[in-house]
Amino acid sequence: MPVATVLELVLAAMVLGLAVWTIAARQSYAATVGFVAYGLLVPLIWVRLDAVDVALTEAAIGGGLGGVLLLAAAARLRATEIASLAETPGPMVRLGAAALSATTTCALAAALLLLPDPAPTLAPPAIAHAWATGLANPVTNVLMAFRAMDTMLEKVVLLLAIVGVWSLAPDAAWGGHPGPRHQADPHGALAFLARLLPPLGVVVGIYIFWTGADHPGGAFQGGAILAAMWLLVIMAGLADTPPAGSRRLRLLLIAGPGVFLTIGLAGLGLGLAFLAYPPAQAKPLILAIEVAMTLTIAVTLGLLLAGAPERSAQR
Amino acid sequence: MRFALDIVTIIAVLAGAFFFLAGTVALLRFPDTLTRLHALTKADNLGLGLVVLGLLPQAISLRDGLKLISIWLLGLLAGATVSQLIARAARREGST
Repeated sequence: MPVATVLELVLAAMVLGLAVWTIAARQSYAATVGFVAYGLLVPLIWVRLDAVDVALTEAAIGGGLGGVLLLAAAARLRATEIASLAETPGPMVRLGAAALSATTTCALAAALLLLPDPAPTLAPPAIAHAWATGLANPVTNVLMAFRAMDTMLEKVVLLLAIVGVWSLAPDAAWGGHPGPRHQADPHGALAFLARLLPPLGVVVGIYIFWTGADHPGGAFQGGAILAAMWLLVIMAGLADTPPAGSRRLRLLLIAGPGVFLTIGLAGLGLGLAFLAYPPAQAKPLILAIEVAMTLTIAVTLGLLLAGAPERSAQR
Repeated sequence: MRFALDIVTIIAVLAGAFFFLAGTVALLRFPDTLTRLHALTKADNLGLGLVVLGLLPQAISLRDGLKLISIWLLGLLAGATVSQLIARAARREGST
């Protein structure tokens, strides 16, 4: 057996094992650690499948930001965890859950096995029309031009998620600073890292966004790195989260979908179609949307992790 | 020349893999947080460093080589900071 196949088999076994462990673990902290490790191994599988764009997103969102979000949730649940472990569901609930899970698994397996061979694909037409945008990365072409509607709605979903998180704020803290004010030793290791790493991370984040035109990368991956740098500075106590009522912050939050929608409507006004770019200006227009989206994604992901406003802006 | 470079790669990557293996065994076997951290940082610093050293002769361009080295430096920075933070938290909780 070639070395590559052995590596793939080991990877698949480890991912499946970690998935089972994440579900079977009794404590939410242990399950979260399993999930983070899972989120770091799945990207390796995507790389083996030559889907580097997906791998980057999965590593940033599944392993990184998703892991931090779940860790924070696990820390919040710790006080009530022991009580909830004592509650065991009745046999009917267990039986129902097992039946539901088994049906879903069987349906997914059937759908996968019944796929025609070769599977239907739009990849050749996507590659054939790459000239229309002037971008060399086919994934960016699909995301920003051929299926631009999906990408725009995805940004609206991010906005709705922030509205959902902010709705959890108590009345007194409405419009205030999200999350606790972090305190750390100003001469400690965390503050040192928060001063040293962000300049580097910001350059890497912008590079990942910029290179997305021709190579794997793009607004989401770059934005996630920028968000991580921002959160590092906040967690080290070097900066506070901006108040949720701040106008500048809200403008940044709607910049991505706003610019996207404006350019989309302009396409309609020019007599083309909604979200159609005039071919000569396609690349600069896509770039403008991506810049706005990167900023929006960075701010949105950071605020999603910072949580609901907890402290009133006046204090 | 090519052959000599390949030998360097094989030896250095194997040595790096050995450090990762030893670090993992130690992580499972050592009794408390601080000694486990000690084992982990050896794997991160020396193991990753040796793997990067081994891959350098295979780098196609100077740019790729510099990228590999910066991965190692970033790994060192992250590893050193995180082990400091974990050690501090462990000492505060008195679980050492």
